[in-house]
Amino acid sequence: MSSIELDRVSKRFGAVEVISDLSLKIESGEFIAFLGASGCGKTTLLRMIAGLESVDAGQIRIGGQRIDQLPPGARGVAMVFQHYALYPHMSIRQNMAFGLKNIGVSKAEIETRVRQAAKILEIESLLARKPGQLSGGQRQRVAIGRALVKQPKAFLFDEPLSNLDAALRVRTRVELARLHQQTKATTIFVTHDQVEAMTLAGRIVVMNARKIEQIGPPMEIYARPASEFVARFVGSPPMNFLPVALSDEQGLATLTLASGAPLRTSIATKDLPSSGEFRLGVRAEAVRVAAGGDIAGTIEVVERLGDRTHLHVRLAQDGRALIVEDAGMSRAAPGDAVSLRIDASQAHIFDALGRAYNSLDRGAL
Amino acid sequence: MSAVATRVDARIGAEWRNLGFIAPFLALFLAMLVYPLFSGMWISLQEYDLFDKSASFAGFANFRTLAGDPIFRGAVRNTVLFVILTVPAFVALGLALALALNRPGRLAAALRAVYFGTSILSVTIVTIIWKIMYLPGRGLISLVLNIFGVAPIAFISSSALALPAVAITTVWWIVGLPMILFLAALQQIPAELYEAAALDNAGRWAAFRAITLPAILRTFAVVVIIEIILQFQLFGQALLLTQGGPNNASRPIVLFIYETGFRDWNLGLAAAASEILFVLMAVAAMAQYFASRRAEAS
Repeated sequence: MSSIELDRVSKRFGAVEVISDLSLKIESGEFIAFLGASGCGKTTLLRMIAGLESVDAGQIRIGGQRIDQLPPGARGVAMVFQHYALYPHMSIRQNMAFGLKNIGVSKAEIETRVRQAAKILEIESLLARKPGQLSGGQRQRVAIGRALVKQPKAFLFDEPLSNLDAALRVRTRVELARLHQQTKATTIFVTHDQVEAMTLAGRIVVMNARKIEQIGPPMEIYARPASEFVARFVGSPPMNFLPVALSDEQGLATLTLASGAPLRTSIATKDLPSSGEFRLGVRAEAVRVAAGGDIAGTIEVVERLGDRTHLHVRLAQDGRALIVEDAGMSRAAPGDAVSLRIDASQAHIFDALGRAYNSLDRGAL
Repeated sequence: MSAVATRVDARIGAEWRNLGFIAPFLALFLAMLVYPLFSGMWISLQEYDLFDKSASFAGFANFRTLAGDPIFRGAVRNTVLFVILTVPAFVALGLALALALNRPGRLAAALRAVYFGTSILSVTIVTIIWKIMYLPGRGLISLVLNIFGVAPIAFISSSALALPAVAITTVWWIVGLPMILFLAALQQIPAELYEAAALDNAGRWAAFRAITLPAILRTFAVVVIIEIILQFQLFGQALLLTQGGPNNASRPIVLFIYETGFRDWNLGLAAAASEILFVLMAVAAMAQYFASRRAEAS
């Protein structure tokens, strides 16, 4: 297995720049997810590593060797495509053997590798069939098997779970995690689904508008978002945002909500810009219904998720909506008046430019 | 529940009014195809003179006459030869053009239009163009040959070259159809497959054999069958370019039928020749159909 280095790479399609001056180092054996909305450039970046798109500027190295000028087949990577891209007229065995046959691997060796991969993926009984005779989940396994037999330096996955139904997606996710633990292969996984990124990746690269917004382990991305974009994109339901006034109290920022209630944070005032507008960012689980709480509102919608309940509350003072987490057995009903309390230790402050200032220390993660 | 009910009622009988929807087509089909087919068979068994409209049953006399007619036998040989000359050329050239022009960009689009464009020309214009091309001494082909020091060749008046000349004209004229059919098939192949093949270290030839060829096999069969049926009906080009000459060297069956029926007024004999052409086309198309089915199954 090998590390992958992207060194100031850029890519444009005509007049449109889709990747600009992007650098990233992926360690050997790491499972990394490129997360972002469609059109953010994550798939283009993956295809640049695979050799399916040219690199306009910068270098890509795999295992220290520069590969951005090599043809796709010579880069030592294997890719699993979104629509699987299995060869429809070949049997599953031929599909998996095709790449090995093309580089002159001996028949016996091909057979051994195909058998091994088929065993790991539990597709041994399908080897004689054609892709058209398989279900979506089985095709997915074959596509992974085709990558596996090549024993590549790195695996590239392009939204591989997006065509599976919800139940199968969860199962395949676990299998992918298990597979990575077994093979310890360097893996890049492109997805727009934050749950996939959070559950699978050792590190997540959050991308937005051609650039990397933040790189970090899942919980760091979740608890210490670098920007408003990351805070909104990661986590479900999305983070709540409320306008606040800022004051200083013994070097720490104190926020005043529209209701007049103060919120003492552990964020140092000196880290914040001296002026401008500020917003409080707070996730649903950091806002609770509490008797005697200092924010008043009315419940509009109750979403029951089983283990917990999401209350959509309209605030009394400024009419803004806030999503609040409550217990699974919550007795809350639409129309109920509630008072809320915000956990200041989980508060985030966002400045006018969308930069984030987080309560939680990196050391706490 | 209503879906189930509709399905049952869709049979003619319960809802005979449904027949109304296909009646216009059915009437046309019966009048223009089924009736002429059987009427032609019946005429082929008669001594039928179009001039005085006399007709008498003659059994297989017309077919015996044709079997003994060296001109008709020559016409059958010419037609089969023409099909053998043109059909592989249509398939090979059509596929080559489609492969070359199956790419984005204005140049490819313009060339696709150009290659298909000749198909919309009338046979008259096409034969005029090629008559000029073939002119010994002054035609384009002669001028080109002259550059290489080759003496002018009289294509149209040579009994060895007249039929190939008609074949070349025909291929130039309507190679656009197989090209478009192949292009349509090629554009159905997902680009991802070629990307997967590139990552699988497949060269152009390997990708062509593993992905392109199997994907267009059906279209391949369709093109061959369409071209067999079309080219057996060679008529206009031969009539206008060579008049079947020299010495009947390029006379096809349809020209024979036309002359027998509408110049000699012998409709019975013409109908008999038509039946033979019909059987030839049916046999060739069927053979191709079964061959391609076997190829697909294996």
